[in-house]
Amino acid sequence: MEKENYTISVYTENNIGLLNRISAIFLRRHINLDSFTASVSEIKDVYRFTIVVNITEEQVKKIIGQIEKQIEVIRAFYHKDDETIYQETALFKVASNLLFENRQIQNVIKDSNANIVTVTPEFFVLEKTGRRNEVESLYDKLEPFGLMQFVRSGRIAVTKEKMNISTVLEDFSEEAVG
Amino acid sequence: METQVQTQKKETIMSTQRMTGAEAVIRSLLAEGVDLIYGYPGGAIMPVYDELYKFQDQLHHVLTRHEQGATHAAQGYARTSGKVGVAIATSGPGATNFVTGIADAQIDSTPMVCITGQVGSHLLGSDAFQETDIIGISTPITKWNHQVTKAEDIPAVLAKAFYIARSGRPGPVLIDITKDAQFGELDFDYKKCNGVRSYKAIPDTDPRSLEEAAKLINAAKQPMIVFGQGVILGEAEEELKNFIEKSGIPTTWTILGLSALPTAHPLNMGMVGMHGNYGPNKLTNECDLLIAIGMRFDDRVTGNLETYAKQAKVIHFEIDPAEVDKNVKADVAVMGNVKQTLAKILPMVESAKHDSWIQKFKDYDAIEYDKVIKDELYPSKEGLSMGEVMRGINEETNGDAVIVSDVGQHQMMACRYAEFTKTKSNITSGGLGTMGFALPAAIGSKMGAPDREVVAIIGDGGYQMTIQELGTIFQTKAAVKIVVLNNEFLGMVRQWQQLFFDKRYASTEMTNPDFITIAQGYHIPATRVTKREELQGAIKEMIASDGPYFLEVCVEKENNVFPMIPTGASVSDIRLS
Repeated sequence: MEKENYTISVYTENNIGLLNRISAIFLRRHINLDSFTASVSEIKDVYRFTIVVNITEEQVKKIIGQIEKQIEVIRAFYHKDDETIYQETALFKVASNLLFENRQIQNVIKDSNANIVTVTPEFFVLEKTGRRNEVESLYDKLEPFGLMQFVRSGRIAVTKEKMNISTVLEDFSEEAVG
Repeated sequence: METQVQTQKKETIMSTQRMTGAEAVIRSLLAEGVDLIYGYPGGAIMPVYDELYKFQDQLHHVLTRHEQGATHAAQGYARTSGKVGVAIATSGPGATNFVTGIADAQIDSTPMVCITGQVGSHLLGSDAFQETDIIGISTPITKWNHQVTKAEDIPAVLAKAFYIARSGRPGPVLIDITKDAQFGELDFDYKKCNGVRSYKAIPDTDPRSLEEAAKLINAAKQPMIVFGQGVILGEAEEELKNFIEKSGIPTTWTILGLSALPTAHPLNMGMVGMHGNYGPNKLTNECDLLIAIGMRFDDRVTGNLETYAKQAKVIHFEIDPAEVDKNVKADVAVMGNVKQTLAKILPMVESAKHDSWIQKFKDYDAIEYDKVIKDELYPSKEGLSMGEVMRGINEETNGDAVIVSDVGQHQMMACRYAEFTKTKSNITSGGLGTMGFALPAAIGSKMGAPDREVVAIIGDGGYQMTIQELGTIFQTKAAVKIVVLNNEFLGMVRQWQQLFFDKRYASTEMTNPDFITIAQGYHIPATRVTKREELQGAIKEMIASDGPYFLEVCVEKENNVFPMIPTGASVSDIRLS
């Protein structure tokens, strides 16, 4: 089976220990995490982990089973790239003198659809949001000028299909009462 | 009666009373119906022990001689009683000594609640005396774990712990309680937990899966059942019996499923797996339908997956969705507790007999009997065999005993040759293969089933891993019958060295102490048997004794367990010699 990028979305109760449990599932199977992002979700008190891995579909199915087995996981899903809308954000810290002295860098910035977040006499910060290749292409263009700092976030993604977490939660609560 | 009423009254008044976290721990355990716990005191758990002292008439504490012993005893107790086992220890080394027992309970799905003390919350992360991150350590080996730092959280967390440990596919839960939470005060109000929002204990059964499964069962010409511990944990022994008797399907088991079906049942075909029976393994690769019930296709069961039952359709009755398609792809997965699913499918299956198919099992059994079993049970050689010891125990106990085995050759002999008439009678460390399990587990097994005979079968290696629990037996007078099968070797490793490492016996030969003297040091009656003519009399005397008893049987040093599926080989490549 071919390896592919899978975006795993895990809906969880707010619990610090869960991070450890979930990362251990990957670690134990020697699966590298391409990125891992934790945030709140559309539902109050429900957290969402967005994990990107490059594995086979058979592997990702088993991983989902192991993740859902954790007590405080409400539901986990996996999606291929074309089933999600996904973005990453990168910040580039560049010396300010380049901005004023080098016309080429001005063109790079203009063409890149990046935002200038801040400018100080010493440095300016560019923010670029997009897909990995867009961020990488800007990196390649800016790198020859010299980057003071670079950082890129993990992927965040929403799916084209419905997640129905609220329904799942209602189902759980009914069972707990009954 | 009058005293009972008074106690109840006292209970209600106390239940709204202000109390310490430590007292709340005890009251929570009592509210869960716990009357017996295993443990070892220490600095960070002292407030709870102080309360145990006050409640000793209601909650009996068994002091094991090592925290690992407490976990295995709690496991044994859980497995013979069907209740949640409870173990308690202090922080740091107390907690880390729990790790092996917790891992064992996790892989063998044993319901257990472990309570550990922890340093005060202001000291967390400061490398304080006896501070260890037991939550971090136990995360991958617990069904759930949680650290409590506030007294008021104790009742709800313990209620959740018991619910999670016992519901669905059971497992171990660890609750770590900081010392300040034990000293802190709360208004005690215990509410039993009957659900956790994000946790579905038992998955829904899709009615279509039952229909599809029934269709496959009714059409099968050569069906075969492999059941596991799910039958015991789900208390589905009767449902299994009804199902196999109506469908007429030959039935085999994993070592953790053993005893759920009486040995003498005409459809019992024996054990699958590495040292299982010849027919069940061979015919796994000839059946047209493999029905897995409450088992998880462990590698010791399947051998090489690439050549495992490839010709067969597979039905998997399972409670844990993560087990479906994990190792063996199921054509039909029937989710749910097997007690319910087997009862539901019963009216859908047609009455059948599979005489000529069953005859194949019998033919293979005849070969195995001739080449392996006969010599094991009735050896012609001078040296004693492990099999004949098991035969002797069967004769004296009529198959009514609980057999607790350790790990290694003697374990395989116990599982192959012990006869059972009752369920929850084979207690062994299956998944983790924990040497040292049997002696403490036997203590718990006896306390979980006080009216039953409990016989521990242990090798000379594993016995010395937890031999200190003789102290627990001496102190509690637990009437455990201990049989050490002494071959002066780590026998199973030696067998592999003989077969696969050209007889290079690296570090497997043991110079053993005088086990009789050691037992006598704990005032446990002890006998050593070296000759065949002494064996049966010694077993008889052991079984007849009222208290604990130690029997050492010096067996042939270099016997091997057969049949055997070499690692990585196919089940159908099972060897008889």
